[in-house]
Amino acid sequence: MYAQMIKSTGQGVKSLDEMEPQERAFQERIDAGGKIEPKDWMPEGYRKNLIRQIGQHAHSEIVGQLPEGNWITRAPTLERKAILLAKVQDEAGHGLYLYCAAETLGVTRDDLTRDLLSGKMKYSSIFNYPTLTWADMGAVGWLVDGAAIMNQVPLQRTSYGPYARAMVRICKEESFHQRQGYDIMMKMANGTEAQRKMAQDALNRFWYPSLMMFGPSDAESVHSAQSMAWKIKMNTNDELRQKFVDQTVPQAEYLGLTVPDENLKWNEETGHYDFSEPDWNEFFDVLKGNGPCNTERLEARNKAWDEGRWVREGLLAHAAKKRSAKLAAE
Amino acid sequence: MTDPLFEYLCRMGDSTLVLGHRVSEWCGVAPVLEEDIALANTALDLIGQTQLWLGLAGEVEGKGRDADALAFHRDVWEFRNLLLVEQPNGDFGRTMMRQFLFDSWHLSYLKGLAGSSNDQIAAIAEKSVKEVTYHLERSTDTVIGLGDGTEESHRRMQDALDRLYPYVGEMFLTDAVDTAMTEQNIAPDPATLRPAFDAHLDAVLQEATLTKPQDNFAHKGGKTGARHTEHLGHMLSQMQWLQRAYPGATW
Repeated sequence: MYAQMIKSTGQGVKSLDEMEPQERAFQERIDAGGKIEPKDWMPEGYRKNLIRQIGQHAHSEIVGQLPEGNWITRAPTLERKAILLAKVQDEAGHGLYLYCAAETLGVTRDDLTRDLLSGKMKYSSIFNYPTLTWADMGAVGWLVDGAAIMNQVPLQRTSYGPYARAMVRICKEESFHQRQGYDIMMKMANGTEAQRKMAQDALNRFWYPSLMMFGPSDAESVHSAQSMAWKIKMNTNDELRQKFVDQTVPQAEYLGLTVPDENLKWNEETGHYDFSEPDWNEFFDVLKGNGPCNTERLEARNKAWDEGRWVREGLLAHAAKKRSAKLAAE
Repeated sequence: MTDPLFEYLCRMGDSTLVLGHRVSEWCGVAPVLEEDIALANTALDLIGQTQLWLGLAGEVEGKGRDADALAFHRDVWEFRNLLLVEQPNGDFGRTMMRQFLFDSWHLSYLKGLAGSSNDQIAAIAEKSVKEVTYHLERSTDTVIGLGDGTEESHRRMQDALDRLYPYVGEMFLTDAVDTAMTEQNIAPDPATLRPAFDAHLDAVLQEATLTKPQDNFAHKGGKTGARHTEHLGHMLSQMQWLQRAYPGATW
């Protein structure tokens, strides 16, 4: 999940009877499975909430390039290098569609970028963890993209049209990303002893941070209830986390790797795995800026933005000159 | 003497490999999102071309080395890339100037190869021409846009050109390997491509309001492997690290 802890109006979900006619028509359209489009009326809370959610998702794609970019120059074969480049390029593309979707709600990409760089807007906690070995490229694809897909597949049915359509394309590419991650893990798990150790170490380090991607339990959260009523959130965090664990544990077994959770076991009664909760104190520390790589990630983004200023200004100045020359010629 | 065809194919593959690697160093830190995408795309094309050139080089050599063995298990003195492409990225302006100078040569050279008497080389060139046409279009536009942009962007692009121009000449040097290729109608004589390159360069620089350096001095030693710059070794120590640290592993 690339958007976490999104706050809505916090006032609780209104019933249809409590709504003014305009809002009521809006809610009934959503309830009937209809889409809201940019020019349609929408409650201010819906608009703001979506900007935060789509913006955070976009930022996650952009910052998410960094932990993988960390290994592009050390990829072990030409094919792995090409695949990783293609994947990171997809992520930049996802960022681009998502910023475009957010722009339909009345913000600009530059506004959102400034909020990311100042630390006002967040990106997914997961990208504040370091990628230390090549096996981490496998773990990120398998677990991180796997967790993201859990959240994003239902979002293809989200109520906001531009977001839902962006998500259709993103999901296709994400499932390729997950497969390539698992493919790296297969190679590592079936490789030399050192490679198997690397694979296990990557799983150990990425397991709990991946579970944290879904956010803390939100069964009681008014924010989540509102987002679900608006269909910009389709499932609770716990539902998605459970689904992720149920899907991932057999995959780990197939790899011959051990999920780092002594309490993990199949529960016949529920038909699901029981598992340990991640350390939520660590999660909140990461959100506050105290994750292992928060400082580096924001530093890298700010440096890129600052050092790129002259390029953006130069290209804009040239475009302006071309426009005035064209006008003069007409 | 090493088979000139093998030497020749390493020259092609090493230049695309080293430049592809350099461009991939930009991942995630470009000045604007569209440039992140374009840089990754360029790097991806160049790495793809490398797989074909070095794959064919390995076949021609016939000693069981594949493209990965050639890319990851040779040291500096065995690399045959142009000196231009191993130059560090510098700022975005220098990266794009390097790309523009290389693309200008690369496209006209690949067009020459499309008529090669060697069918495999002709096929690789034909595929590459499509990609490199786009590379040159983009790098040309960027050089013009930044050269004729603000005072700062103009200054930076002029600096980039002055810094990289001494590496242009090597692309057009003809040596025994080139002559062997020309005699078999495998590849064009690089020296014959210089006038067209200069004409394109002059036109672009004029539009970009940049001044071509007067001194035509050319560093050499990259494509022969006689003397690379110090930069290549550092690049290889990063690129080849996993393969070297875990010999015998497959990835």
